[in-house]
Amino acid sequence: MNKEESFSALVQKIYQLLMVLFALFLIAGGGLIYYANNPEAFDFKSTSETMVSVPIEEDEDRIENGIHVRTGLVDAEGLMTVVNNCTNCHSSKLVTQNRMSAESWNTTIKWMQETQNLWDLGGNQEIIVNYLVTNYPPKAKGRRMILTDIDWYELQD
Amino acid sequence: MKRRDFVKKATLSSFATLIGTELVFGSRMLKGYTPLALQDPDPFKLFNKHKDMLVLNDKPWNVEAQAHLLDDKITPNSSMFIRNNGLVPEGIDSKTWTLEIDGESVKNQKTYTLAELKSNFEQYTYQLTIECGGNGRAEFDPPAKGNQWTIGAVHCASWTGIRLRDVLEDAGIKSNAVYIGYHAVDKHLSMDPKKEPISRGCPMSKALQDETLLAFKMNGEDIPLIHGYPLRLVAGGWPASVSGKWVNRISIRDKVHDGTKMTGTAYRVPCEPVAPGEKVKDEDMCIIESMPVKSLITYPKSGALINKEKSLKIRGHAWAGELEVAKMEYSIDFGSTWNTCPIEKPSNRLAWQHFSATVNFPKSGYYEVWARATDTNGIAQPMLLPGWNPKGYLNNACHRIAVKVK
Repeated sequence: MNKEESFSALVQKIYQLLMVLFALFLIAGGGLIYYANNPEAFDFKSTSETMVSVPIEEDEDRIENGIHVRTGLVDAEGLMTVVNNCTNCHSSKLVTQNRMSAESWNTTIKWMQETQNLWDLGGNQEIIVNYLVTNYPPKAKGRRMILTDIDWYELQD
Repeated sequence: MKRRDFVKKATLSSFATLIGTELVFGSRMLKGYTPLALQDPDPFKLFNKHKDMLVLNDKPWNVEAQAHLLDDKITPNSSMFIRNNGLVPEGIDSKTWTLEIDGESVKNQKTYTLAELKSNFEQYTYQLTIECGGNGRAEFDPPAKGNQWTIGAVHCASWTGIRLRDVLEDAGIKSNAVYIGYHAVDKHLSMDPKKEPISRGCPMSKALQDETLLAFKMNGEDIPLIHGYPLRLVAGGWPASVSGKWVNRISIRDKVHDGTKMTGTAYRVPCEPVAPGEKVKDEDMCIIESMPVKSLITYPKSGALINKEKSLKIRGHAWAGELEVAKMEYSIDFGSTWNTCPIEKPSNRLAWQHFSATVNFPKSGYYEVWARATDTNGIAQPMLLPGWNPKGYLNNACHRIAVKVK
């Protein structure tokens, strides 16, 4: 092997090495650009979460586990009459946090009609009141209730 | 990338239509950016409230604190309850805001800009206890309709503004003046422009007190929108509904103000005591004025587990409407014995007062620490519920926390 031959072999080796480096650089750079644009690309958990929940058109009166999802009201006879008449002006939370007798509900409805622009409910009134007293009956509380739902924790100080 | 974002947004918005307010938790569930519009139903972000605040109602907004969130001597915005009767006003411009003084008993009907109010009258700062008349309603039996407040509809922030008296006197008060009534810009839930969600007031004697302010600052900053920006009437010691938010008109009346929620049964209790569940005629209902004596144990949070060797430090606040708290006691045996503990003087009239005590338990087991305040007239909090009333107001029964000693 003469000098010239060994020199060109060296050049070839260097050239190959450079090509490999360049290819690696391209792959790494491309990967980085992709990651910059898709920060969640390597976050496999969140990718699968995102892809699972695709349905866009959903029934707005969907029921899940016996609960009308949009309002939180119990799915029972009269549900949609209550949804359509009692959740337009105020939240359903105002309905469900009140547990009253039929008489009190009828008085409340009358008050809403006299002062709050509630419309005449006609035959729906009985359906609504029945739904409320059946699914949200009054609870006896007496003069003072015991403490419930205590969240016990170690007090550090 | 575009498609992924689209899917994310579409998923979020379908969540929004599906679950409405429950998006509070939806936004926590999803990683990364949530479009601004979708954050609206989240009252915690929207109003800068502590995550442990309890949402009773989202239309209109009604949110209450828990006892342990009220531990600060001056209540921060994050722990202040929200009680709204109508819809929060939008597009308020403080630069064009005006306050009109009118009514049968005003000498000269006058309109002031906010800037005039700030520069023409001397400013004062007071710490004022403001409690919803219906705080504690949830405990009444038979139940009373309305938001079922437990214990957290009270706060004591620091308010800066001008005295209502100074403005009323500047316009001129006729000798036949009886009451003032406020008017504000919030909208009725039914969107009927002719209806006011609430328009209450107070007798002239309360209106003319030093501490009754037209406030534009709360805890040293602009009042948050949800608490009445840019101008709020603040009347400490009386039902919070007297402290009207977003006020743009005050009427000096020659009779008891007859605005929305002044008449009928609203913010009224039977003039004479009634049996639980008894029917009461409107004309037999009297307007609530000063709130009754009450207290809260704000530390520790209920449910503390402690070791037998250790004593327990407790603390909290007590208030008494127009009066002061004269005595503070606690009991660990359901009222069989009471221990007196120190109660500080208020920072100013109508501010709540702070108490603290070190409690020792004789043996291990389940305990409740009950707190009882007594006002300067010698009236104490009841351990049981006070007199039943149709609308469930004025429950000042003793607060208690559960403790287990190991």
